[in-house]
Amino acid sequence: MREKVLMMGNEAIAEAAIVAGCRHYYGYPITPQNEIPNYISRRLEELGGTFIQSESELAAVNMVFGTGLTGTRAMTSSSSPGISLKQEGISYLAAAEVPAVIVNIMRGGPGLGGIGPSQSDYFQAVKGGGHGDYHSFVFAPSSVQESVDVVIDAFDIADKYRTPVMILGDGILGQLMEPVVFPKMKEIKNERPKWALTGCKGRKPNVIRSLFLDPYVLENLNKRLEKKYDKWKKDEVRYEEYCVKDADILFVAYGTLARICKAVVRDARKEGIKAGLIRPITLFPFPEEALKKSARGKKFLLVVEMSMGQMLEDVKLAIGDSVPIHFYSRTGGVIITPDEVYGVMKKYLKM
Amino acid sequence: MEVKFKRPESMTDLHMLYCSGCGHGIVHRLIAEVIDEFDMREKTIGVIPVGCAAFAYDYFNFDVSEAPHGRTPCVATGIKRVFPDYFVFSYQGDGDLAAIGTGEIIHTANRGENITVIFINNGNYGMTGGQMAPTTLLNQKTTTTQFGRSAKLHGYPLKISEMLAVSPGSAFIVRCCLTSPKRIIETKRYIKKAFETQKEKKGFSLVEVLSSCPVNWKLSPVDANKRIEEIVSKEYPLGVIRDVA
Repeated sequence: MREKVLMMGNEAIAEAAIVAGCRHYYGYPITPQNEIPNYISRRLEELGGTFIQSESELAAVNMVFGTGLTGTRAMTSSSSPGISLKQEGISYLAAAEVPAVIVNIMRGGPGLGGIGPSQSDYFQAVKGGGHGDYHSFVFAPSSVQESVDVVIDAFDIADKYRTPVMILGDGILGQLMEPVVFPKMKEIKNERPKWALTGCKGRKPNVIRSLFLDPYVLENLNKRLEKKYDKWKKDEVRYEEYCVKDADILFVAYGTLARICKAVVRDARKEGIKAGLIRPITLFPFPEEALKKSARGKKFLLVVEMSMGQMLEDVKLAIGDSVPIHFYSRTGGVIITPDEVYGVMKKYLKM
Repeated sequence: MEVKFKRPESMTDLHMLYCSGCGHGIVHRLIAEVIDEFDMREKTIGVIPVGCAAFAYDYFNFDVSEAPHGRTPCVATGIKRVFPDYFVFSYQGDGDLAAIGTGEIIHTANRGENITVIFINNGNYGMTGGQMAPTTLLNQKTTTTQFGRSAKLHGYPLKISEMLAVSPGSAFIVRCCLTSPKRIIETKRYIKKAFETQKEKKGFSLVEVLSSCPVNWKLSPVDANKRIEEIVSKEYPLGVIRDVA
């Protein structure tokens, strides 16, 4: 059995990238994700990898672009205001179909906001974020162990689909300490994909680009990207169902808030209230079908978020008018307590 | 019959779309010749900018990537850190390098990033119709300085190569031009020296080329060259700015 270690979320994310074979990290300091660059700078120096503390988020994401286009695994991390700066690069990564892993440990916004945990970058993460018709693949882990697991998967998804993949965590997840088990260190392959820029020995030159002045060629790129996203919706959706089958009421929450809701479900069941939870693990692709199925016949859905109602829109799009949907949120770094959620649930039960 | 002069292998045989008298075509060719002379075509990755030279991926016959505007040296950095023994160069205009990418180029130079930068300074934004660039001369008329660039309103021509030369990370920085066969041969020698600097892992190298933009300058190609000789090179003196390579 592999060893269980007690680790902070941010550091575990950094170590998971190492385990996944990432030897190139570029980033810029910002709270509450600083333990990622702090930790990975040391590890990469030990392993002879590349760590650059760049002059800006723009620089960092474009260094990731440069390493990614050689078919080499690269990662950057930041928190909300820094992720806004990276959006230019993320749009280019999506358009040029260059794999990359981007971690966003969300803090409260808008603007400089605060440093408390938040989920207010949901729209930015799942709807594109930068300019143009594109999506990133978005994972939303809810524990340190799951962060490790999805970071490792994120590199595989990025390579398989030639796409930017975002890990969307919040400040709680980044700072939380939990026991975690790492899988075996992946071997780093020297073999690189055919599309990558590796020098044109024995082949025609490769070009990485996102400028297509011919509108028909650009339209084809958009159609190809759409096909990719359809495939994700078909093959790559992930979610967790907890006590859903016999439930009368269904919580919908992701990330650390899903854990708070899970505690509420347990407490409710002790009192004979049949509550359940559905937790999207991938936010894009969103588990629409699973949600539709789970919601069928429930008294109501209670969406709980640390935003003014961002995932709520996707829940509404999936469910329509078939089941009443209630919403509860706190923002700006205010953490929702199980008691608060319990009270809200009781209020709607009485209505 | 022996062929004395031919297309370098590092160039494709496509007709270039650049305007008459534009320097891009000449510089592309010089880079291609130098890469051939080092026999490095198969181990070269170029990073090209936003602007007129965005079309360079059609003209270079080796692996090329685009970069977002001004982030060209960052993309080159990300590549170079994977392939330290390759030739990695960025090709940038004055908008790319001296305006939107100012931070990027300063820090790339200051890290002593072992890449080569080819910097085309034609004193305006050619692609978008001749707007003021940081390098635009005082009194020069552009589409956004229609009464001439005024120091009071628009600030001063930016001598970014001199700024970069202050950093110990910069190994070789030079300014040259293309106004005569002699100047073109000299420019090629500098480009070769810059790649040599990279080959020997001595640090950051940059070749600034004073180039003309006859269409936006509203001059004939010949008069545009004359302007570089008589006016532009007075503001931007030619020659080696830093050489510790």
